[in-house]
Amino acid sequence: MLEIPCPWCGLRCESEFSYGGEAHIVRPENPEALNDEAWADYLFMRKNPRGPHLEQWHHVYGCRRWFNVKRDTLSYRIECSYRVGEQPPEGEI
Amino acid sequence: MMTKYSFFNLVRNALGHHEGWAPAWRSPEPGKQYDVVIIGGGGHGLATAYYLAKEHGITNVAVLEKGWIGGGNTGRNTTIVRSNYLWDEAAHLYEASMKLWEGLSQDLNFNLMFSQRGVYNLGHNLQDMRDIRRRVDANRLNGIDGEVVDGIELKRRIPILNTSPNSRYPVLGASFQARGGTARHDAVAWGFARGADSFGVDIIQQCEVIGIRQVNGCVTGVETNRGFIGAGKVGIVVAGNSSVLAGLAGFRLPISSHPLQALVSEPLKPVLDTVVMSNAVHGYISQSDKGDLVVGAGIDSFNGYGQRGSFPVIEGVLAAIKALFPVFSRVRMNRQWGGIVDTTPDACPIIGRTPVKGVYINCGWGTGGFKATPGSGYVFAHTLAQERPHSLNEAFSLERFTSGHLIDEHGAAGVAH
Amino acid sequence: MPAGRLKTNETEGRITLSRPITFSFNGKTLQGYQGDTLASALLANGIHLVGRSWKYHRPRGILGSGTEEPNAVVQLGIGARTVPNVLATQLEIYEGLEASSVNCWPSLEHDLLSVNGWFSRLMPAGFYYKTFMWPKSMWMKYEQAIRRASGLGVSPNLPDPDRYEKTYAHCDVLVVGAGPAGLMAALAAGRTGARVILADEQSEPGGSLLYSRETIEGLPAMKWVAGVWQELESMEEMKLLRRSTVFGYHDQNFLTIAERLNDHLPRWECRGARERLWKVRARQVVLASGALERPLVFGNNDRPGVMLASAVSCYINRFAVAPGSRCLVFTNNDSAYGAALDMVDAGIQVQAVVDCRPRPRGVLPERLRQRGVEIIAGSVVVNVKGTHRVKAAQVMQLPAQNGILKGEKRLIHCDLLAMSGGWSPVVHLSSQSGARARWDDARACFLPGMPVQQERSAGAANGSFSLNACLSEGSFAGREAARLAGWEWDNQPDPPSSSMQLEEPVQPLWLVPSEYAPGRGPKQFVDMQNDVGAADIILAAREGYHSIEHVKRYTALGFGTDQGKVGNINGMAILAQSLGATIADTGTTTFRPNYTPVTFGAIAGQEVGEKLFEPVRKTALHEWHQARGAAFENVGQWKRPWYYPKSGESMQEAVNRECLATRESVGIIDVSTLGKIVITGKDSGEFLNRIYTNAWKKLAIDKARYGLMLGEDGMVMDDGVTIRLSENRYYMHTTTGGAAGVYSWMERWLQTEWPDLQVFLISVTDHWATAAVVGPNSRRVMMGACQGIDFSAQSFPFMSSREGTVGSIPARINRISFSGELAYEVNVPANLGKPMWEVLMAVGEEFGITPYGTETMHVLRAEKGYIIVGQDTDGSVTPDDLGMGWALSKTKDFLGKRSLAREDCMREDRKQLVGLLTINRTEVLPEGGQIVEDPDAAIPVPMIGHVTSSYYSACLGHSIALALVQGGRSRIGEIVHIPLAEGRVIPARISDPVFYDPDGERQNV
Repeated sequence: MLEIPCPWCGLRCESEFSYGGEAHIVRPENPEALNDEAWADYLFMRKNPRGPHLEQWHHVYGCRRWFNVKRDTLSYRIECSYRVGEQPPEGEI
Repeated sequence: MMTKYSFFNLVRNALGHHEGWAPAWRSPEPGKQYDVVIIGGGGHGLATAYYLAKEHGITNVAVLEKGWIGGGNTGRNTTIVRSNYLWDEAAHLYEASMKLWEGLSQDLNFNLMFSQRGVYNLGHNLQDMRDIRRRVDANRLNGIDGEVVDGIELKRRIPILNTSPNSRYPVLGASFQARGGTARHDAVAWGFARGADSFGVDIIQQCEVIGIRQVNGCVTGVETNRGFIGAGKVGIVVAGNSSVLAGLAGFRLPISSHPLQALVSEPLKPVLDTVVMSNAVHGYISQSDKGDLVVGAGIDSFNGYGQRGSFPVIEGVLAAIKALFPVFSRVRMNRQWGGIVDTTPDACPIIGRTPVKGVYINCGWGTGGFKATPGSGYVFAHTLAQERPHSLNEAFSLERFTSGHLIDEHGAAGVAH
Repeated sequence: MPAGRLKTNETEGRITLSRPITFSFNGKTLQGYQGDTLASALLANGIHLVGRSWKYHRPRGILGSGTEEPNAVVQLGIGARTVPNVLATQLEIYEGLEASSVNCWPSLEHDLLSVNGWFSRLMPAGFYYKTFMWPKSMWMKYEQAIRRASGLGVSPNLPDPDRYEKTYAHCDVLVVGAGPAGLMAALAAGRTGARVILADEQSEPGGSLLYSRETIEGLPAMKWVAGVWQELESMEEMKLLRRSTVFGYHDQNFLTIAERLNDHLPRWECRGARERLWKVRARQVVLASGALERPLVFGNNDRPGVMLASAVSCYINRFAVAPGSRCLVFTNNDSAYGAALDMVDAGIQVQAVVDCRPRPRGVLPERLRQRGVEIIAGSVVVNVKGTHRVKAAQVMQLPAQNGILKGEKRLIHCDLLAMSGGWSPVVHLSSQSGARARWDDARACFLPGMPVQQERSAGAANGSFSLNACLSEGSFAGREAARLAGWEWDNQPDPPSSSMQLEEPVQPLWLVPSEYAPGRGPKQFVDMQNDVGAADIILAAREGYHSIEHVKRYTALGFGTDQGKVGNINGMAILAQSLGATIADTGTTTFRPNYTPVTFGAIAGQEVGEKLFEPVRKTALHEWHQARGAAFENVGQWKRPWYYPKSGESMQEAVNRECLATRESVGIIDVSTLGKIVITGKDSGEFLNRIYTNAWKKLAIDKARYGLMLGEDGMVMDDGVTIRLSENRYYMHTTTGGAAGVYSWMERWLQTEWPDLQVFLISVTDHWATAAVVGPNSRRVMMGACQGIDFSAQSFPFMSSREGTVGSIPARINRISFSGELAYEVNVPANLGKPMWEVLMAVGEEFGITPYGTETMHVLRAEKGYIIVGQDTDGSVTPDDLGMGWALSKTKDFLGKRSLAREDCMREDRKQLVGLLTINRTEVLPEGGQIVEDPDAAIPVPMIGHVTSSYYSACLGHSIALALVQGGRSRIGEIVHIPLAEGRVIPARISDPVFYDPDGERQNV
């Protein structure tokens, strides 16, 4: 069971959280201006890396904040977490 | 030439102290150039190679496996085989696979221990029962066997199943596919490997692809840890690692890789002679021929390539198994493990062309790939050989995520395992 | 005293002779003592034959003395409390214990399937892949026979009467194992004041010291242990767990421990839970899990009476049991000489020590020589004689070169063969933690790899086998772990020491050579439980199964209940030999949890049964419904009244009555389970505009509007009515099942995409009790029950909301309808739900107010063609498919809008919501039924849709159904067919989905 650092509450067990997948996917400003490929890219295409991953978690049985985590998908090691609106470490997106 | 497996040959070799058996497959050095290179030596990749050779006469083929064949999800799943999918497209594909399963041991001359002991999908609420009816009726009209079983009949057939109305989520009934069952997972990889090898396919283990070489948007071969291997066409069949390989080729996929866990008990004398699956309380169980109870869980929510998941999933699935089978409470869990499943937004696979000419992909089987192994190989071999999809996999193109023509097997098909 | 019990005045080991215990094995009543395991008690009674092997059904005895045991697997107890596959070596006996052998019939001595042994040549590794294929139809029969022969113990066939519990714990240092290293680690860490958990799988601390005759600080080992234990017990932050196996090492220093609380007690002494699962998050971990002795792989090495040398020591010193009277020792290292000395001192005749090393000259061999025991150096045991018990062993000289042995075979009579193939550190947990075990040539074993989590190994688990090393490494590891967790103490005393002994290095001996080529002589077992012999591994390699994982899977090596604890390393080495590779190259199979098996019950814990499998959610009115005899339906976690049968009424009759009463006069339903979310803030209207498909900004205060919510993929996700309570305050209803999901969904968009919007969400589902009063007389009921509200149609129109009181209870009343009738939803604080309900019932009495459940609610809404998300939709349905294109704003963006413009969402032949009227008006279609045009078409029959909802409508006197049908709206009037599984076909006519009051006049009165 992962131990996840909520930027608001500190280290908590994974069972308090729900997972939100890849972070920093920004909803297009004007969806109607996109062609189907660009919309599908936003909707479905994911990086799904084997290694460092910027992802969203929701402290659902806690403060109910969504936030971002940098976690390695192979070692499961969590490097850091940061609030929504904050930049990921080293400007990675 | 392949040594035929038979009782006669077993006796003959016993007299020779089993010193005369030939290797089931060769361990060749990689060649310079192949017509087709299959990346991924799991069941699907090996089946693809086998059917490329057998059905299409394409034998200048290499299967590249970064570890040992059958070492990924093929050797980690809970071995359930069924074809009772809801939507026509999925049902036809899985049923084609089921028909291949039914003659596969003989076709491969390798006993895959395909055991048609039946599969029950339990319903725990009224909506479950509606979905079960919908699916069973659809299956029957598609020529797939299926039956709706009520709670009383279920109890008669599986006396140790808890059908008490006082359960938290009482079992109201089930769908039953009699032709469903289990198979010996490792044997599937080995049987296809031996079959493919006998046609001259090179199975190259410990060979990891680290690049996909292209000229003008057209594939020319793959870079590996054992050097460059030229290829006319490349088929990517790497399940959980699909996004990684797609990344090497320069495109993205609508795939998330998640841990999927399973566990076995200690071996017991026969106590459960069928497969029982429940979506609502989330667990499924069967008993292997060795006697272990084989238990599967749902996926871990987070993306993960670690081939392990989190403990609460195991706690949840055993609570579910204990709810369904209170008699197993004192049975002990012996071993747990995880695989990496490649999930798609509509719980259906992607089989077909990619943005790179000559590169084809077969992925997205999620939690349900094992049962599709022969069918998947069959249609993918066709796709590679003919450079266009078989009618069975036409609907499973990557383009469907753009057009919106998804085949959503989430809602109604129950657990997609 | 039984024959096998040592009569020694000096020590009775760890058993209590004054406390005899009666137990039975295979129906025979026997005696042991407090402190015995079943294995020690059986040996004391001269019983060596304990079980049968898995494949060949060979007679098997007791090999070891602990968790590593592959052979002595028994069935414990009978009835609901029986436990399959218990290790006799771990099972503490108690008064009245009943155990029996597994996998034999009709009896252990005369097992029918031992004929398998005669045909064993036909059953090499993987034989079943090569046969049983003809004729094809016969496989299921073959399989049945295979299944009957497989498996070991028997599952209970009654529900488990015992309870299991779980606990979480956090600690600074978790120490695994209470042997010399673990005790020292706990002591050193505990002395700093750190919070420490020490877990050990045995009944008492000591580990290998339990059978050691060494001294520590001048004290006999167990006296020293007692002193340490006492100090540990006195520490405030120390938690000592006995009979507790750390079975899993998960990510981020999360470890799982199974504590067995009751299994060592007679039934009448059992209290509380049977087992407790500890879920521990440790800052630092010290792994002092010890080492396991390896067997040697020679002919018939599985015969009862062939034991690990350390086990022989253990039985003598710990249990005062003589496992034999004449013993031959076979070893490749010095430790077995200790066992030989133990035997000599206990009065057991040691015939000789056979040592493969040419010149064993350590301290222990010398000591044994002085005792006059013959040491046959440079030799090996090649074969064992005897079937149910060892009778003799054949010894041959090793040649200078490797190869097949030639020359004289010396026969040595014995009834016990103690063997030692060296020691394997228990690297299971460190491997599970992610450290990759590395091969050490000098010590001929795998050592723990570089830690990737906060852990370190100490003592034998670290390959440091001497007692001195265990004590000092343990002490250091405990200190270091505490320091890293933030605890230090400067006054740490030096670790104690014991007498030093010079050792001759171990000489690896994997497959013991003999006069035969492998596979031609007697079977040489590697994995005893699974009957995997050396020849099987060599055959696998020959057939191309080169990866250790392939070999494991092809031969079943290490797949038993023991997980290959004693056999795997030998197997890996034999594979490496036959491939001409090194063991380091071949590597290990992956170490996975569990270290030893753990009951399903312990892992499931208390989250079982009607009450605790998942929380039950009840409304404030639940007891009222119960008292009224309601049948309940599970909707998500909620219990909702399904219908209220009067005595003698069938469900259909009850539902007909409820429907008619509601349509004709007035009904009442508890709708408290609907999701309720309060949305406040100045941008609430804008937020709703984005979340819902329709427009919200112009909604007047106290007015209500129906909203449809889509996923970004354009598919319908949820729906409900939202009311504007004030300028910046809205009250949203969601579906019962969708409440939690919708709440999270909205939070996500607000927090991650639209943080600039000033909107706040509060989930108030449980805060309110809500009753819907429905039917033409509902206004009268409301007028009678409420104060302060003008209920006239003009001042309180449809789709509006008012505040007032019901009785004296403050209430918000919404005039909304899910039935097409005049209806009011009354919301009061949840704790006042019951008085509110009772007021409404009392006032309604004169109109025959009828409580109704979800089934009637479904019928009423279906008569009106209203959908239920999740029943009439399945995640692949767009608003337009439902005929709800009217709800889509053309002027603003909303979630999912862009997806609706994709090619597939615009197809003409998409499935659309329609009604179905059966030709036979009383025939009710099955929900889920598939719809076809031509029921006689050849399979696969094209299906054009399915029935989503179907009921008998008492109001209409007709069966009605909703369905999704391809291009359905243009097919209205067409006849379609619904073929049933049993072969019957029901014809029905496609109709508009609104069956009742199509102009919607009734709700507007």
